[in-house]
This record gives sequence, C-alpha cells and structure tokens, in this order.
Amino acid sequence: MSGVRRHYSLMLLAAVLLLLPLVLPNNFYYDIVIRMAINAIIALGLNLLIGFAGQISLGHAGFIGIGAYASAILPTHFGWHPLLAMAAGAAIASSIAAILARPIFRLKGQYLAMATLGMGIIIAIVIKNEAAYTGGPDGMPVAPIGLMGFEIAGEKQWYWVLAATLLFSFWAAKNLIDSPFGRALRALHGSEVAAQVMGVDIVRYKVAIFVLSAFFASLMGSVTAHYIGFVTPNIADFFHSIELVTMVVIGGMASIYGSLIGAVLLTALPQALSTFEGWETVVFGSILMTCMIFMPKGLVPTLAARFGRNGREDP
Amino acid sequence: MVKHSLLKIVTAAAIAVGASFSALAADPIKIGSVLSVTGPAAFLGDPELKTLQLYIEKINKEGGVLGRQLQLVHYDDGSDAAKANGFAKRLIDDDKVDIIVGGTVTGSTMSMIPLVEKAELPFISLAGAVVIVEPVKKWVFKTPHTDRMAAEKVFDDMKKRNLTKIALFSETSGFGASGKKETEAMATKMGITLVANETYGPKDTDMTPQLTKIKNTAGVQAVFVFGLGQGPSVVNKNYKQLGITLPLYHAHGVASEEFIKLSGPAAEGVRLPAAALLVADKLAAGDPQKPVATGYRKAYSERFKEDVSTFGGHAYDGLMIAVDAFKRAGSTDKAKVRDAIEATKGYIGTGGKVNMSATDHMGLDQSAFRMLEIKNGDWTLVN
Repeated sequence: MSGVRRHYSLMLLAAVLLLLPLVLPNNFYYDIVIRMAINAIIALGLNLLIGFAGQISLGHAGFIGIGAYASAILPTHFGWHPLLAMAAGAAIASSIAAILARPIFRLKGQYLAMATLGMGIIIAIVIKNEAAYTGGPDGMPVAPIGLMGFEIAGEKQWYWVLAATLLFSFWAAKNLIDSPFGRALRALHGSEVAAQVMGVDIVRYKVAIFVLSAFFASLMGSVTAHYIGFVTPNIADFFHSIELVTMVVIGGMASIYGSLIGAVLLTALPQALSTFEGWETVVFGSILMTCMIFMPKGLVPTLAARFGRNGREDP
Repeated sequence: MVKHSLLKIVTAAAIAVGASFSALAADPIKIGSVLSVTGPAAFLGDPELKTLQLYIEKINKEGGVLGRQLQLVHYDDGSDAAKANGFAKRLIDDDKVDIIVGGTVTGSTMSMIPLVEKAELPFISLAGAVVIVEPVKKWVFKTPHTDRMAAEKVFDDMKKRNLTKIALFSETSGFGASGKKETEAMATKMGITLVANETYGPKDTDMTPQLTKIKNTAGVQAVFVFGLGQGPSVVNKNYKQLGITLPLYHAHGVASEEFIKLSGPAAEGVRLPAAALLVADKLAAGDPQKPVATGYRKAYSERFKEDVSTFGGHAYDGLMIAVDAFKRAGSTDKAKVRDAIEATKGYIGTGGKVNMSATDHMGLDQSAFRMLEIKNGDWTLVN
C-alpha cells in the first residue's frame, strides 16, 4: 500500500464527511450517522485486536460500559468535570485491561474467548447491581459535556465532533498498522512462534494492543453516554460485545475500512428493517448469514479482491 | 449472480430508508410508539402493541378523530433503553408524530424523556416506576399504577389481618429493584417491620435457599414477593415444597392468567393487588369500571384468541386518554393537547378512574387497585 493511496482514501472519507450534512434531511439522520461513527471507532479499535493481532475479545462492551458509567457517575455523584471523568474512565478501563491481559493472553482460541466473555459479564453485573451509584437496571441520566463554557448540544455539533474524531482515528490506525508496531502485530497473527523467533516480544504486543483497544472503547463509551444523555447496563451487555465483533467480521477482519463499512451496515440495518413489522430480526439474520456464506472474509476484503486493481490475491 | 442479489438487498434497504421519509404528504393524526415487542420485556410490549393496533383500527372505522384518521407509527426497541432513545428521535424528527404513547419499561421511558421534553411533545408512558411522574415533568404522563401504590395496597391488606412483621423477597430486575426501594420506604411509613429482606435473579430457577432463610427467620408473619414474569411462579412452587404456610403476597407485575397457569396448585391462597380488568366479569353490576373492562377484554380476546393482561390495558388507557385529549383540544396543537391531557378528569379506564392535575400526571388513586386472591385456580375479589 503506497503513501499516495493512503492519503487518497483518507481524503475520500474526509470529503464524504464534509458533504454528508448537505444530504442529511433532519436530526434523525444525523443521529444515525453519529451512531455509525461511534460504532466505527469502537470497531476499529477492536479490529486492531481481532483482525490484526488475531486475539478475540467477547467482553469489549464491558470497557464501553466503564467509560459510559464513569462519565455518568463521576460528574453526577462527585461533581467531577466531564472531561476529567472521561479520562478517569479511560484510565480505569486501560488499567483493568493491562492487569487482566497477562493472565488472559496465556489462553488461546475458545479459552481466550471464554475469559474475555467472563470479564465483560462481570463488569455488566457490577453495573447492574451497584444500584446506589448506577441506578441499577433502569440506568441513569448523564450530564451534558462542555469545554470552557461551550456545551456540545444538538446533533449537528455532535456530528462535527465525531466526524473529526473518526477521521483522526482512521489516520492514527493507518499509521499504526504501517509502523513497526503494526508489522509486529501482523507477524503475531500469522504465527506466534515465527514472530518470537524474529524477536517480537509477543506478550508485550498483545498487552499493548488490548490496552489500546480498551482505551478507545472506554472513550467512545463516554462519548455515547454524553451524546445520548442516558445510560443503561445494556451498554455493557454481552450482546453489545457480540454486535461489535459482528461489525468487525462482516466488514472484514484486518481491514480498516471494513470496520467502517461493518459499523455503517449494522447501525443502519435495524433502522432500515423496522418497516418489516416483527420480521426484522429474521431479515437481519438472513442478511448476515448471506454475507458470511458468500463473503467469509468480510465485505471490504472480498470486494477489494474482486474489483481491486492493486493485484491482491484472489481468495 | 450472488453479488447481484446482494446488491439488490442493499438497494432495497436504501429504498426502505428513503420511503420512510417520503410518507409525510397525507394528513392523519400520527401516534408514535416505541414498545418492547421483543426481548425480555416482550410479554409487556406484545399485548400493548396489539391493543394499540386493534383500537386504532376500530377508531378509524368509526370515522377517526377530529375528522382525521389515526396513524400508528411504532418501533420495537428490543427491551433496550438506548435503542428506545434512538427511535424516539426518529419519531420526533423524522416521522413528526403528534403524540407518543409508549415506552414499555421504566428504562426506555426515562431515556426518551429528555427528548420529548426538548421537543415539547406530549408523551404518555406505559411503564411503572414512580420516577417517571415524580417530580412532575411538563410533557410526561403515565397510565400504569406505581410500585409505591402496590406496596401501600398490600400493606393495607396485611394490616387488616394484623400482619406487621414481614419478609420482602424482591427480584433484581428494574421492576423489582424499584419495587424494593418503594416497599422499604412505604414499610417505614406504615409501621410495617421488614424482618427479612432477600433478593433473587430474574432467571433463577430455584429460590429454596432464600425461602429457607425466610422460613427460619424468627417472627415472620407474611411474605411479600416483588417480581415479574416467571420468577414469582417459581417462588410459589418452592414455597409449597418447603411447606411454608405464612400468607403469601405478590406485586401487581404478575397480574395475568399466565401466572396462575405457571404456578398450578401452588398459586392457591396467593394474594395480589391488580387492576379491575382481571376480574371484569366478577365486578359488581354497578361498578363504573365494569363496562370498560368487559368491553376491552371481549374485543381483545376475540381478535387475538388469547387472555388479556393488565399491560395491554395500560396501552388502551394511554390511547383513549390521548384521543380524548385531541377531541377536547379540538386540534393536534402540542401545547393544547398537553393541557387537555393534564385536565383529564373522571376518565374510567381499565386501570381505574383517572383524575390528572398539574401535580399528578398519573391520576390514579388507591381505589384503582383491587386486592385479589387466587382460589380454585381463579381470581376472586377480597373485600
């Protein structure tokens, strides 16, 4: 992948984000695009872990929950500034990830999946049961966020905030993957033994990427909480974790733009299908199944191989 | 070929998004609704949706409201409050509804409240907890009885039987957690002592450990269970298996025929507060609720071939209060409709007699609850 192409695709994304407000008819469509952007950033972080480093996490929603509830609880109960609360949430999520990473990443395959799954569920249970602080299963309202007297309010302001964040995340992820760090991750994915032989400290890289994706997830959890203005324990739910993994897989593992397409698709589909009156889950499921049967590598890698001129190998 | 059909699906999805936007031209009164038709709260949301569909169809056949047809725009939040928030935005900004009747559970309702307040849109919630209408929110109303009222009714009945030392056994769901809080507060207020206070998970299949503990607690005179769905039936069965003979009370959340069916003979002697709807045919002939309750019951079971639940009744009340408000306001002007809802007086619904005011956005009092006892597998009224 050459440098020119890299800038080309980023500029395309920037152009789409700039032009989108011209065609979005009302706040509801802004809302969908904002949710797409939030999901895309989380999926991107998760893709670094799953697609590039080859480590599964079925408990990622737990980290989102930590960020969301830090932003909900600290300003409401302790009077913290929302930005400080957001940072604290990210710090807590990263620390938990760092502490858990070492024992967890001794495991492989389904055992690793089980361990991350357990971690996510425990976080969700704590949130659900500490009702005095979290409001229990009914959730709690979140104070708005602002900086130096300006409050981010309304879909249009949030749109620009998230468009900028999305663009930055993609730029950062692209650079990361083309750096020595990214190459080490891919080596790790290919073969841990080979990577170790080549001098890659596999434990350190696994921990680093897990912490990084937990950090991203927590930040976006905080953003979600402030944007929606209300959090419930569902945000840390096992099903939310699955939804995120599905975005990564459908879009394409180890594909930066796959995360974006996966997030866009899985956020838009439930809204588009709501006209099917009770059959939406069936249609939704069959679309996902069709994708997985005919495009097992995910949408973006399959289409890139089909239409790409850059000589990638055909599966 | 495969790629071709995928392309078609994507195109279809894109058209579906577009179509929902272009359907604004006609001029019906739009009633928006976000209900939990799937997911854990489906047993609440499903009868609610059916009720709304049934009665909106019926009203339209009879000529509509203010000479206009009613149009139901409904979305399923899958029992997820965050999704309810997104769909509420869609109802407000895209569908531009005239009123929202819905919000099956408290979490969904609470996540929609900031949006309707900002949009200044009348909102009638179908969820239970007191927090929805307390403190009073200008645009928010609700039809179901609150957990606080249920606790009060149960304690009233206990006091009549001289039971003052009781064990509370609540579910860790949203409904149970809120009920626990309100019951504890109400107990202090009414001079009831909670000598035991246990909880169970909504998916638990065995409650004998907690019940054994309650059984062995000295001085317990009665047990009050606060839960929804299957859990309370399991409690009934374990209660009989352990040979506990203390009076057993449940909250209003189990008020459906299903509860008796699931519990079987173990339901005998159980008492609970419920709306008159469940005992529609047993109400005294002069009871003002009798015609409403029997009418709804008949219409619903004829159409859907299933028993009514009080949950569908909440949707019926919400819709009727809204329709009544449109008529009195003489328009769909949001502020006028809101004022009309607040001025609802003497409306007789399935839930009871509704008298709203600027300080009470639910409008039900203690008389809305009847104390029922299960005898020979059927509800009976306790006087």
